Amino acid sequence: MRSTNIAKLKIEDLEKIARRMKKVIHLREGEAKAKIIVHMGTCGIAAGARAVMTALVEAIEKQDLSDVLVTISSCAGLCGQEPMITVAIQDQPPVRYVNMTAAKALEVLEKHVLGGRIVEAYALAANNK
Amino acid sequence: MAGKPDTLLFETLMEDLSLHVLDIAENATRAGARNVLIEIAAADARLTVAVKDDGKGMDARTSQRASDPFYTTKEGKRVGLGLAMLAQSARETGGGVRIDSQYGVGTEVAAVFRPEHPDMRPLGDLMATMKALVAAFPAVRFVLDYTKEGEHYHFDSAKTP
Ligand SMILES: Nc1ncnc2c1ncn2[C@@H]1O[C@H](COP(=O)(O)OP(=O)(O)O)[C@@H](O)[C@H]1O
Ligand SMILES: [Mg+2]
Repeated sequence: MRSTNIAKLKIEDLEKIARRMKKVIHLREGEAKAKIIVHMGTCGIAAGARAVMTALVEAIEKQDLSDVLVTISSCAGLCGQEPMITVAIQDQPPVRYVNMTAAKALEVLEKHVLGGRIVEAYALAANNK
Repeated sequence: MAGKPDTLLFETLMEDLSLHVLDIAENATRAGARNVLIEIAAADARLTVAVKDDGKGMDARTSQRASDPFYTTKEGKRVGLGLAMLAQSARETGGGVRIDSQYGVGTEVAAVFRPEHPDMRPLGDLMATMKALVAAFPAVRFVLDYTKEGEHYHFDSAKTP
């Protein structure tokens, strides 16, 4: 049955992610160069945070970025500006990005996490501008 | 099934059941669960979605109030809509939600849906939900059991070949 095959393939896909993520567990003890937190409370999920998460996980997997972690946190209390992510690069203050989409999050990954430049256009103004 | 009147207090914002599952599993991880079991079973014109965890659980008062939309134990927040929305989605189809929790032991949230009801939400992308959970919490064991019309899928993040 076709549907069976599709589901089986996806289970394998899941297993691949699980295996890969377990290898990077040790990074969680503060070794990671960068950490991306996707806010995945109820409002974030309803606003599309899962697609943001999926895009980031797949890009990190594809590009084999073993020193970048993606994780989930709960509601950040700014429900009107979800989906949100927080980028925390070692020794730098964390930057919060609002109204994310998969495409915008990939841009943040490329420019900020990998390139070192904050994407001001999507960043939450830190100094009350 | 918990018997509150069927008043529509708010609209459920979750488009499909897989998003509800992600939200309910997020509660479990926040409660410190090391094991999260997600069971989805369709049989006899019912679809049951259950999330069981071994997190810190809730005391009687908390679990009684947990599906109240204005209840949350999170700081700096006035509403906790996740469980309330799940209950609402289930009730819209003529089903409901049951929360069994034991303080210090864990929690089981089980929602029953009537898939034939016109207001039934689609299942959605369950694999995307699992992927997000597994990627975000590699130290937590997630098990998915999915049964529908004789098809059975099983995933266990602790047993990857
Ligand atoms: N799996 C769980 N384990 C322990 N407590 C839970 C669990 N799920 C829900 N709760 C409690 O119920 C409250 C309401 O949950 P929810 O409706 O999802 O809103 P929120 O997560 O935004 O607080 C939570 O704040 C928490 O205290
Ligand atoms: Mg919640």
